[in-house]
Amino acid sequence: MTGVVIVSHCQKLAEGVAELAQAVAPNVPLAAAGGLEDGSLGTSYDKIKAAAESVCGEDGALVLMDMGSSVMTAEMVLEELKAQGKSIEMADCPLVEGAVAAAIGSAAGETMEQLKKQVEKAWETRKL
Amino acid sequence: MVSTRDLLIILKRISARIEENKQWLTDLDRPIGDSDHGINMARGFGEVEKKLPGLEGKDAGTVLKTVGMTLVSTVGGSAGPLYGSAFMKAGMALGDKTEISMADFLEACDQAVLAVKQRGKSDAGEKTMLDAMIPALQTMKEAEKQGEAPKIILKKGVEASWAGVEATKELIATKGRASYVGERGIGCQDPGATSFSILLEAVLNWMEDRV
Repeated sequence: MTGVVIVSHCQKLAEGVAELAQAVAPNVPLAAAGGLEDGSLGTSYDKIKAAAESVCGEDGALVLMDMGSSVMTAEMVLEELKAQGKSIEMADCPLVEGAVAAAIGSAAGETMEQLKKQVEKAWETRKL
Repeated sequence: MVSTRDLLIILKRISARIEENKQWLTDLDRPIGDSDHGINMARGFGEVEKKLPGLEGKDAGTVLKTVGMTLVSTVGGSAGPLYGSAFMKAGMALGDKTEISMADFLEACDQAVLAVKQRGKSDAGEKTMLDAMIPALQTMKEAEKQGEAPKIILKKGVEASWAGVEATKELIATKGRASYVGERGIGCQDPGATSFSILLEAVLNWMEDRV
């Protein structure tokens, strides 16, 4: 199964989104990377890298970010992991909707490419 | 010429200037960001300072790449990947050099600006550090072409950088957290442009104090 990584400035937010997504797909490898090492707000290169490595197996991993430095820091982590030959991509999507879509898609056995497409469709789902 | 030993001294001075201006940078970040720019920069450059003794005798490329990687992993905000990429690319431009000429320095700055543009998917006029970096680099290149002395080149660059900071007050942010503040951020100067100017000014001050 494709792994899913949730990156946020906030530890609680990352963990909460991961929890929510895990609830719909208990077997999907999901990891949260939120905040700095001490739990304060921010983005940690090392935390993102560790989370990505923990769920990036043969089927690769998809990374979802909240905004700003999460995106830039995740991008740098991906550059390093890709250089090591890992199959890992970032998805451009709203975090909560994307995470749920990613978990469901991964559980259904979607390839990373299909999964990324599906997750990015989350923009189209209106709430009202 | 600037030796790699000089480079380590300059980096130490940059770190000290960032620490001195920590509160100011954080205060500037309060109305348009998340009030952490000074804290983040001070944390990052504090870690850089700890690495400097281990970089004695290394070439300029290794020194700047190490600075960049340290910033990426310790700053904790947008400044991490932005300054981190800038220093890493500048380091790649300098490679195994142990003496840095003005032409080398400007080439490294060119690469640093490019790195920030690429990493932030941004350009001039978006109320970011680029609004200080781009005019500073442009001015320094012109001064070099006119055959000015290094100290004058740097001095003009620093002036252009601070003028760039001043100009960010009138800009509406379209990148980063400040973009959500939008036109309510008019009147506020950009913290990233400010920290870049402090950095460049630290290089100038080192040059002025050099005997």
